[in-house]
Amino acid sequence: MSCRKRCKREIFKFAQYLYRLVTGTLNTDSVEDELELSTVRHRPEGLEQLEAQTRFSRKELQILYRGFKNECPSGVVNEDTFKDIYAQFFPQGDASTYAHFLFNAFDTDHNGSVSFEDFVMGLSILLRGSIQEKLNWAFNLYDINKDGYITKEEMLDIMKAIYDMMGKCTYPALREETPRQHVEIFFQKMDKNKDGVVTIDEFIDCCQNDENIMRSMHLFENVL
Amino acid sequence: MAAGVATWLPFARAAAVGWLPLAKKTMPKPPIDNSSKSDEILYVNVSGVRFQTWKNTLDRYPETLLGSSEKEFFYNEDTQEFFFDRDPEMFRHILNFYRTGKLHYPRNECIQAFDEELAFYGIVPEIIGDCCMEEYRDRKKENQERLAEDTEANEGVDAPLPPNSTSRERLWRAFENPHTSTMALVFYYVTGFFIAVSVIANVVETVPCRPPLGSVKDLPCGEKYKVPFFCMDTACVLIFTFEYLMRLFAAPSRCNFMRSVMSVIDVVAIMPYYIGLVMPENEDVSGAFVTLRVFRVFRIFKFSRHSAGLRILGYTLKSCASELGFLLFSLTMAIIIFATVMFYAEKGTKGSTFTSIPASFWYTIVTMTTLGYGDMVPNTIAGKIFGSICSLSGVLVIALPVPVIVSNFSRIYHQNQRADKMRAQQKVRMARIRMAKRGTANAFLQYKEDRNIGDPDGCVKNRSAFDQQHNHLLHCLEKTTNHEFTNEMNYSELCMTESVGFKTSRSTSLSSHQGAQNNSSGCCPRRARRRAAMRLANSTVSVSRGSVQELDTLHLKTTCIPPQTRSSLNAQMCDMKLNCGDPDFTAAIISIPTPPANSPDESLPPSPAPMLGILRNTRATAYIQDSVKISSL
Repeated sequence: MSCRKRCKREIFKFAQYLYRLVTGTLNTDSVEDELELSTVRHRPEGLEQLEAQTRFSRKELQILYRGFKNECPSGVVNEDTFKDIYAQFFPQGDASTYAHFLFNAFDTDHNGSVSFEDFVMGLSILLRGSIQEKLNWAFNLYDINKDGYITKEEMLDIMKAIYDMMGKCTYPALREETPRQHVEIFFQKMDKNKDGVVTIDEFIDCCQNDENIMRSMHLFENVL
Repeated sequence: MAAGVATWLPFARAAAVGWLPLAKKTMPKPPIDNSSKSDEILYVNVSGVRFQTWKNTLDRYPETLLGSSEKEFFYNEDTQEFFFDRDPEMFRHILNFYRTGKLHYPRNECIQAFDEELAFYGIVPEIIGDCCMEEYRDRKKENQERLAEDTEANEGVDAPLPPNSTSRERLWRAFENPHTSTMALVFYYVTGFFIAVSVIANVVETVPCRPPLGSVKDLPCGEKYKVPFFCMDTACVLIFTFEYLMRLFAAPSRCNFMRSVMSVIDVVAIMPYYIGLVMPENEDVSGAFVTLRVFRVFRIFKFSRHSAGLRILGYTLKSCASELGFLLFSLTMAIIIFATVMFYAEKGTKGSTFTSIPASFWYTIVTMTTLGYGDMVPNTIAGKIFGSICSLSGVLVIALPVPVIVSNFSRIYHQNQRADKMRAQQKVRMARIRMAKRGTANAFLQYKEDRNIGDPDGCVKNRSAFDQQHNHLLHCLEKTTNHEFTNEMNYSELCMTESVGFKTSRSTSLSSHQGAQNNSSGCCPRRARRRAAMRLANSTVSVSRGSVQELDTLHLKTTCIPPQTRSSLNAQMCDMKLNCGDPDFTAAIISIPTPPANSPDESLPPSPAPMLGILRNTRATAYIQDSVKISSL
């Protein structure tokens, strides 16, 4: 059925082409001569609202927004821009997979773009949140399909993404099974009831009992 | 509502007093005027240039940055003004938009810079006034075309092959770019040669040769030397067939390939031969066969694969197809008109050559193109008058399409030239970008060595805050994965030595590199030299990292610094391995994606630094070595 329609359309186009050939076209404007509509523009909520919703002060929000707006004048970051930005920090490796997972973690409403509110909410949790909130966020990052369980496959994807960022020239040289071994170690530690998945409670419990993790949670707090 | 109308509203409302005596019902209550504030002047500081405007002016367009609450993010309490770190020249135009309601495009500005400013201030480009819209659209289209060309040239055909490509892909690349491998080049020239041979053979075949003994009539060479010509033809066709089949095999999409122009030409060039082989030696059929031989001349079109100029010509004609078509149509109209007129004008005369209207077509064409063979001549006065009008109008009509074709050809030719130049410059650009990238990686390795050699607090003080924090981030990643970054030299060395063993073979491989070069002290002269070079470079040059690489190759003669051998580094790593593992795992995950204002190659501009100084919360605990401040700007 569609074949016939296609044939008709082709014949029609050919006839149009012949007609134009004969009569000449004085206007060379073709159909694709529209300026592409400006991209999505987004304006954030007011300063007062953001101040109330996050744990940043007014000045800090101003600083954050100026930087954000400088990079993304349209007010939203899409995934490609996010990947570009992140790739600048890891020139030796390929940061795009990990940036993809990070993007999904920041994009809380899953609309394909990170607005300033999403950005600032995420930062608020990461920089000023309680340990519980930070661990929650990390769990959310690992749980790719957001079903509340971290499976070995999800962890393997995350692990591979992290190892990708190291690039090729490492010491000792990266092997195929390095990420997998790392995943095994992780699961041995975290998966208490050995059911093959890590739930949020297991994760938080285990991290809270681990002194090193607890200590390192404060590592990036004084960022602004 | 346009801005101007708003100012007339009080007048319209005042004039409504005229309705009051005539009203049938009571008037509704007027709206309460909330804004009792009188209008205030706002100060906008754009990179030092202070603009002042009424608040109402900016409020006219509430969906833009300046008209909405978004500008509060840029308010500076200390100076009581809005500060924007943008181009003040462009801001003039933006502000004029608020004042007059019309956005103008400044002709001397780059279109992309203008677009970016518009995007920043939240203004849609469609609002540009009619006076400047044409110019804007033209320049934007030109820019987009140029960018599209550039990306095409970038991902171009000169890109190196991915390492694991099948033989089919390699074959296709060899066909498309003959200069990638010598075999392809040889094949390219061989086919070119055979095309030329085949075409020349076709031509020479028809030249009359000296007749064989005993005959008077001149014979075309093709008849006289039937066998040699046949052999040559066979050889050429075999080569062409082979080439066509190889291309067909290698093509990524066979359907598309079979429909392409070049493949059609190929087929048309070789089919007559095969048809000739198959067809029997029949008298009535061989007449048609002779016609088929005409198609052999299409082989000359195969040259277009070898010549870019031919392709440009063909592309030009294709792109002017509509103009040419129109010309043909108008010419046909003129021919018919004049032919009819000439026929009826010459109808009466005896022995006239204008026997019918189609016969007059020939006269009209010959006259209009100013050929004038003279085989058909008008005899009557009316015929001569119309004939002269015909030839005069012919000159005009034929001269019209020439400028169109010429300008098209010139444009396409220049585009092609530019593409070639771009490709040549691209290599240089890519090399420079790669060098800059290696610079950042080298900076990190330098930081690592400093840290290992010197105190754990680590940093030579002349490194900017941004660098320190970036290095800390990369360090965290290393700790997460328990692998270290190295540069390519060490990596390739390691790859070589890893299989054999570790310390001993390493020293031997290194000592084998020494050769006739500098001081050979111990196991690591090369690495020490490089380290010394990097250190020297880094202490003097902080901004242009590319020079690190250049100094690297200078082979400075230095004394061998006591080496941080790989073994000692290894030991350190082993110690840390025990308490490494997972904790830094999560720490690295929490690393923040920070959009930098500049590329990481340049250090941060100093202006945010004072702000950062105010806000630094030194909550540094004892076991955190350096107070980590990663700015998110």
